[in-house]
Amino acid sequence: MKTIKILGTGCPKCKATEARVRDVLAELNLEATVEKVEDIEAIMAYDILATPAIVIDERVVHSGLPTVQKVKELLTA
Amino acid sequence: MFVWLEHISQWLVYDLLGLQADSHLGAAMSFFFYDTVKIFILLMLISWVMGAVNSYLPVERLRAFLNRHQLYGLEYLMASIFGALTPFCSCSSVPLFIGFVKGGIPLGVTFSFLITSPLVNEVALAMFLGMFGVKVTLIYAVSGILVGTISGRLLSLLRLEPLLSEWVQQLWTQPARVELEKAHRPFRERIPEITQEAWRIVRGVALYVVIGIAIGAAMHGYVPEAFFARYLNGDQWWAVPLAVVLAVPMYANAAGMVPVIQVFVAKGVPLGTSLAFMMAVVGLSLPEATLLKKVMTLKLIGIFFGLVTLSIISLGFFFNLLFS
Repeated sequence: MKTIKILGTGCPKCKATEARVRDVLAELNLEATVEKVEDIEAIMAYDILATPAIVIDERVVHSGLPTVQKVKELLTA
Repeated sequence: MFVWLEHISQWLVYDLLGLQADSHLGAAMSFFFYDTVKIFILLMLISWVMGAVNSYLPVERLRAFLNRHQLYGLEYLMASIFGALTPFCSCSSVPLFIGFVKGGIPLGVTFSFLITSPLVNEVALAMFLGMFGVKVTLIYAVSGILVGTISGRLLSLLRLEPLLSEWVQQLWTQPARVELEKAHRPFRERIPEITQEAWRIVRGVALYVVIGIAIGAAMHGYVPEAFFARYLNGDQWWAVPLAVVLAVPMYANAAGMVPVIQVFVAKGVPLGTSLAFMMAVVGLSLPEATLLKKVMTLKLIGIFFGLVTLSIISLGFFFNLLFS
């Protein structure tokens, strides 16, 4: 099972990203643990330059607000 | 470019609604319709173009460029220009700051980027273009980039690294892995996400645009000529500092602010004073200061804000001299 982390300090974009990830998981009937990381030190342990960012199994796969299509690609990859 | 729109709004207000062209209400309504539609077209257009530029020049690539090129002081200018090209989101300023520090970019250069990024952004540019025209927009963009360049350079002279939060200082000792997305995707594939992002920006500021223009339009129709000029003309030396100080606690976004400022200028407030006010509103915000508290000491935030404030004030004076 995949572990998905959403990195973001709580801005509207970060919330939108989390919602999109959860929607896509539900739509495609996938199971995964979704974790929201809001602590800036924990976030910056990853090499990113913009929030929100999506981390799947400890690998940064996207930063910025993804389109729904992009989320589908990331989760099915 | 927008003559057709002027005709439509005049037809709408004077013919369809039957308002008198020389009445206050008629003039205000006509301004409102014309400006609103024009601004929305420009907002969508500029957000889209900036999004397209950003799709090819993501901030990761800009960082890698700055990391590899130390250009005899030119890196401050480059960082400032990159800041202008990058769409700004206040919630990203901290990750950006840390990411630059981790990437080995000197603190002053990082500041240059961080100062210009909110100052020159797609929303501000669209609003200026719509309300003031090309010349003032260019002046605004160039001076925003200059404020970032100069402030960043000055900050670097102060050797402020010890004033960063401890955990940030430690990041310098850990080399960052700079990974670039290698996927080469055709332009056609990028269009949906660029369009979606541009649309998101426009939707996000839509309400402020309408409110700002409504206030501006009302003032156009009702505030007498030379009303502000009596109080805020170029003669009083304190007008610029006062405008800047008043602007810092205001966390209005450019979208709501520019239409109001346009009325100020039309009613006789000098351009330099108005530009300084505008820059202070978008460039120096208290919410951003609270975000930055996580990565730097209060003293550093104070120095950072103080220096940017000074640069903006000097620029205001300079423009007032230039245009008087």
